[in-house]
Amino acid sequence: MTDAGTLHAITVLGHDRPGIIAWTTDRLAGLGLNIEDSSMTLLRGHFAMTLICAGAASDEAISEALDPLSADGTLTVTVREVPHEEAPAAPGSQWVLTVHGGDRPGIVSTVVGQVAAVDGNITDLTTRLAGDLYLLVAEVSLPDGVDTAALEAAIKAAATELGVGATLRAVEADEL
Amino acid sequence: MSASNERLAAWTESELAVSGRVLEVVRAPASVLSTDGDRVDPTAPEIVQLAADLVATMRVSPGCVGLAAPQVGVGVKVFCVDVSEHAKTKTHHGTFVLCNAEVVESSRNEKAREGCMSAPDFTGDVKRASRVLVRGQLPGTGEEIEVRTDAFEARCLQHEIDHCDGYLFLDRVAGAHAVYARQTYL
Repeated sequence: MTDAGTLHAITVLGHDRPGIIAWTTDRLAGLGLNIEDSSMTLLRGHFAMTLICAGAASDEAISEALDPLSADGTLTVTVREVPHEEAPAAPGSQWVLTVHGGDRPGIVSTVVGQVAAVDGNITDLTTRLAGDLYLLVAEVSLPDGVDTAALEAAIKAAATELGVGATLRAVEADEL
Repeated sequence: MSASNERLAAWTESELAVSGRVLEVVRAPASVLSTDGDRVDPTAPEIVQLAADLVATMRVSPGCVGLAAPQVGVGVKVFCVDVSEHAKTKTHHGTFVLCNAEVVESSRNEKAREGCMSAPDFTGDVKRASRVLVRGQLPGTGEEIEVRTDAFEARCLQHEIDHCDGYLFLDRVAGAHAVYARQTYL
């Protein structure tokens, strides 16, 4: 659905507790908004949710409806109208990048910098820290024509400089 | 069952004729876990001892169905497995150790959740072949073995061979949402 009113990006961040999603989505439904996409997780125990909603309500009306959520100061809510994004015409090839090793500053920026250098796009990213083990898993879209062997070599070289390991693998999609 | 498979199924660690010692299992980010292991002489006394040590360490580790040399800090291509008690097992060959093993044939990929004693805080969805032909050598005699197996034993063999080649299951997870914080470790 893309033609029913405007699109709004809504973020809710902060202290986790039961019922945040139920309450939020009830208010959004009350405004006649349709949740077109969503992502929610706990980041180091913090509630982190992003919703893309479509409907006729304004940013101001949505913010007002969600105001009680942030009343006690433990949650931060933002609402912003966003444009309709067209899907990329040439998606290129899809890859999974894994990096793991001893935790230190700069792992993410250094490794994904290699991806950015060839105009690769990170389409999903997870990083985890457990004890001294830092783990990064990224889904990467590469434009056609990228020398993937050279990119993998550059990523591995950058990872080696950091004392971590990296692998870049093509996504295998099984068509059924 | 082929003669090679029968030989493997009949193998026990008593053939090694040495007592296994329980070794400490190392965890990521230990560099030995990300280093391609050296090929070994399966008849060398230190490799026979290592084989016994791997089996002994596997036996005392709850839920452990396989252990590779890099997991005990030794960067060589030796591992043990025993999936005989696991619920997802179909074909199995009991306890065995292989040296210099490699996957020769593989087919029928399936995705499943894996964990590892060397990365105990995570599990991950990994796609692996559910039917494999693996070639390796027995410790002690050095006999060449070709084992054809399936399901959980096939997955376990690929996981352990990956260890010997310097890869963790984390290097194989299916995507950014395919890695999970482990709630409890068996």
